Amino acid sequence: MARRDSASRVFVSTLAAWVVGFLIFFPILWMVLTSFKTELEAFSTPPSFLFFHWTTENYATVQERSDYVAHAMNSLIIAGGSTLIALLIAVPAAWSMAFAPTKRTKDVLLWMLSTKMLPPVGVLVPIYLIFRDFGLLDTRSGLILVLCLGNLPIVVWMLFTYFKEIPKDILEAARMDGATVGKELIYVLTPMAVPGIASTLLLNFILAWNEAFWTLNLTTSEAAPLTVFIASYSSPEGLFWAKLSAASTLAIAPILVLGWFSQRQLVRGLTFGAVK
Amino acid sequence: MATQQTQTLGRLLLTPAVALLFVWMIVPLGMTIYFSLLSYNLLNPGMERFVGLENYVYFLTDPAFLASLRNTLVLVGSVLLITVVVGTLVALLLDQAFVGRSIVRLMVIAPFFVMPTVSALVWKNLLMHPVSGMFAWIMTSIGLEPIDWFAQYPLFSIILIVAWQWTPFAALILLTALQSLDEEQREAALMDGAGAFSTFLYITLPHLARPIAVVILIETIFLLTVFAEIYVTTGGGPGLQTTNIAFLIYSQALIQYDVGGASAGGLVAVVIANILAIFLMRIVGRSLEV
Repeated sequence: MARRDSASRVFVSTLAAWVVGFLIFFPILWMVLTSFKTELEAFSTPPSFLFFHWTTENYATVQERSDYVAHAMNSLIIAGGSTLIALLIAVPAAWSMAFAPTKRTKDVLLWMLSTKMLPPVGVLVPIYLIFRDFGLLDTRSGLILVLCLGNLPIVVWMLFTYFKEIPKDILEAARMDGATVGKELIYVLTPMAVPGIASTLLLNFILAWNEAFWTLNLTTSEAAPLTVFIASYSSPEGLFWAKLSAASTLAIAPILVLGWFSQRQLVRGLTFGAVK
Repeated sequence: MATQQTQTLGRLLLTPAVALLFVWMIVPLGMTIYFSLLSYNLLNPGMERFVGLENYVYFLTDPAFLASLRNTLVLVGSVLLITVVVGTLVALLLDQAFVGRSIVRLMVIAPFFVMPTVSALVWKNLLMHPVSGMFAWIMTSIGLEPIDWFAQYPLFSIILIVAWQWTPFAALILLTALQSLDEEQREAALMDGAGAFSTFLYITLPHLARPIAVVILIETIFLLTVFAEIYVTTGGGPGLQTTNIAFLIYSQALIQYDVGGASAGGLVAVVIANILAIFLMRIVGRSLEV
């Protein structure tokens, strides 16, 4: 980065970047601030930015009124479960395509990606009916199944792009030294594959946590994750902004933290390796 | 280099994923096709009968279909335009040298991690409310009439919310692409007397062409099926003003229980998505060396 940057130029770009960053981040910041206000202050004009009566009572009310913990548990189980099962199926598949490619590997990969292009709404009716007939509506296992299959192509693709970067010479060397396929897998490949698997896990967990088509359509209460929990705040009952803000903050806080950790993997993950 | 042993093992390891995805794709799709040929309403169980292409004729000639197709195209097109233009500008800005890069980067990427139901409700209530929303306060402060966003410009309101969610994605991808641009090339152009603007036009922009194409195509896949933002704010209304194809099919299926009609609509959505998917596959396929 040998750039000749004058001090004034750095000052201008610093100012501009912070203003833009602040504007983009503002809705989230405002939501967090509102969550600590009383309902009356949340609704008042002109709005108070920092000098209001700070309170945490909204968080208690939200927990009491709509049981945040139970919904967060559902989100955790559904996002975690679907991600882990998807990894279990995808790691062997990605391994095989990266290390034992055949003539058809490219076609298989593109075909997998094409299943992701199928809009969920195109199969809403049959999935809903299958779920109804098998008693899967409003169950966590049902959602785990659907989200797992829905994200499987992305998981395979992400893992594939990571595995492909593992140098093949190392395998050759291990084989020369007499390592069997099994040993090669455990002692040579696994340690090198762990970072890629970890970032795939993280990104897929985030996608599953925020998924809001199947969760809204296939659950109502028992298995409802946080997306549905927030949707229950869409019909206003009197003053509810502070409570809505508290509930929203609770729903996005865990994933925002994870998301910030995974932002570098996000690009290659979501572009299927087309941009790195 | 693969031995016979690894080849066999490879095939064995690939099978579960391929088989599951195949079933996941074929079974529901086959059922959708089958249902789309029936007159089948969940409110009249046992009355199913074969009607041929009647559902398609009905769906495609329904004024609601044309309205929702128009809304879908306006929504996707506007969000793409906003996110690509704003995303490019943000990426160019973040590519400069400035103090606090990592913090600004975090602030810019944050909206992408907010679940759709949260961003829609926070925007609708805290920002766009006609009386107590932040926008109304800003408008009043500078002496303008506050706008009742969801009453006056319902589709545009949805577009704003979705664009806010996707701008970080575009910005992050384009920033990544910018950072891989050869600095020397840009320096040389500047040295040869090219202005900042022509350097951008002839060197930076061509370099961004492919990443922009990738952004457009990936966003399109997700934008075609925008659902939660509409579900929690407008419910498709007023009238049909914010009903897109995904929401139209949802309401046919789970509000009117018209299985046949919704299935025909679902297949139309699949066809539209596939036309776009073909383009994406070409681009991604080209960058793939197996």
